[in-house]
Amino acid sequence: MITKSYSLFVKDVKSELRTRYAINSLVMFILVAISAILFSIGNEKIQPELAAGLYWVVIFFSAMSGLSRAFVSEEEKGTTLTLQLIASPDTVFTGKLLFNLILTFLINIIVTFIYAAFFEGFVINNFVLFIITFIFGNIGLAISSTIIASIIAKSGSKGTLYPVLSFPILLPLILTCVQLNIFSIDGTSFDNVLYELAIVVSYDIIMITVSYLLFDYIWKE
Amino acid sequence: MNSYSLEIKNISKNFGRRLIFQNINYSINSNSVVGISGNNGSGKSTLIKIIAGVLAPNQGEIIHSFESKKIADDKLFNHIGFVSPYLILYEEFSAVENLKIFSKIRGIEYDTEYIKMLFNKTNLYSRRKDIVKTYSSGMKQRLKFIFALMHKPDLLLLDEPTSNLDNEGKDSVYSIVSEYSKNNIVIIASNEDLDLKLCSDILYLENYK
Repeated sequence: MITKSYSLFVKDVKSELRTRYAINSLVMFILVAISAILFSIGNEKIQPELAAGLYWVVIFFSAMSGLSRAFVSEEEKGTTLTLQLIASPDTVFTGKLLFNLILTFLINIIVTFIYAAFFEGFVINNFVLFIITFIFGNIGLAISSTIIASIIAKSGSKGTLYPVLSFPILLPLILTCVQLNIFSIDGTSFDNVLYELAIVVSYDIIMITVSYLLFDYIWKE
Repeated sequence: MNSYSLEIKNISKNFGRRLIFQNINYSINSNSVVGISGNNGSGKSTLIKIIAGVLAPNQGEIIHSFESKKIADDKLFNHIGFVSPYLILYEEFSAVENLKIFSKIRGIEYDTEYIKMLFNKTNLYSRRKDIVKTYSSGMKQRLKFIFALMHKPDLLLLDEPTSNLDNEGKDSVYSIVSEYSKNNIVIIASNEDLDLKLCSDILYLENYK
């Protein structure tokens, strides 16, 4: 299944490079969002809590603007049936998840570098914690965004439904990641953040399990 | 001789409160061409999609068997070839790129010689490297036949197979169906007399309201 899913992922990458469905909107969103924050804070040094919160706000909304494309583009092009006829639901979900994972990580690495370069308050004192939060946070974001995208792809009002449905599902993840980022800026030791880390890891495990269980029913009309 | 069989057991489908058809029972055990006919909106495409496993019925089940063993739902796609006007291939890729992508995702080998033969049969060989977006609707329809046949399916499902085709294209389709049905099951959903002439038996959906 992994080879087939990888082939689907490669198809999506080639298709994305030719059509620029997701990349353009994601890059534009990041530039606009970070510029708007920079203009609004001016020369003021922001608090670590605010820096961590704004960082995940940019990540959340950039995910909202791009990650739904994995399924929405198939639906808009009318190729969903074609995909249903060539692959099992598990292959499709894994391929799309792989695409969203790579996209999420690439985009959020760029966001992190831009953020670190322009925001004085964004100084990481526990770098390992920051990296762990980044990895598990982005995995959770990609899994949730992929399964939600598959649900909303068939609806008429995709643009509105995606953030509406994503917000309650992603809220526990975003809040915990914001808290963990504050800890990594503060330099809090690992002994004091185990509870929050357990929440993020559990969230990822629950979401991936539920997604694979549900996708078969979502995929078949 | 193909040992594929298909059993439609008590299938009913409705969209909301609108009943499309009910209690369809039918089985195909030997290589043949079976037609599905009915007025517009009678559920021909719906039944074809249910048989293909991409649409769930409200009641009943479809049993696909190969060598007397039931085929699991997640393996069904490799046994089925599907052609319809609403099937859309990736327009940003060329015909060959599309077919290579499909082979890889299906997990089967890209049989260059067999696909070359299909390209020649559908008169698309000279345009095989062109982007699908530049194809006419008739050419896209012919490419769908290559898509449907490239993995040598046991069951070929054709929904309005001759739509968008000129007379030459229709002749080519009829030749493919006649040849393919010698060793496989072909189901045609259509109202075209010439399409239905190929069928040894016809399921009239008006009888299942």
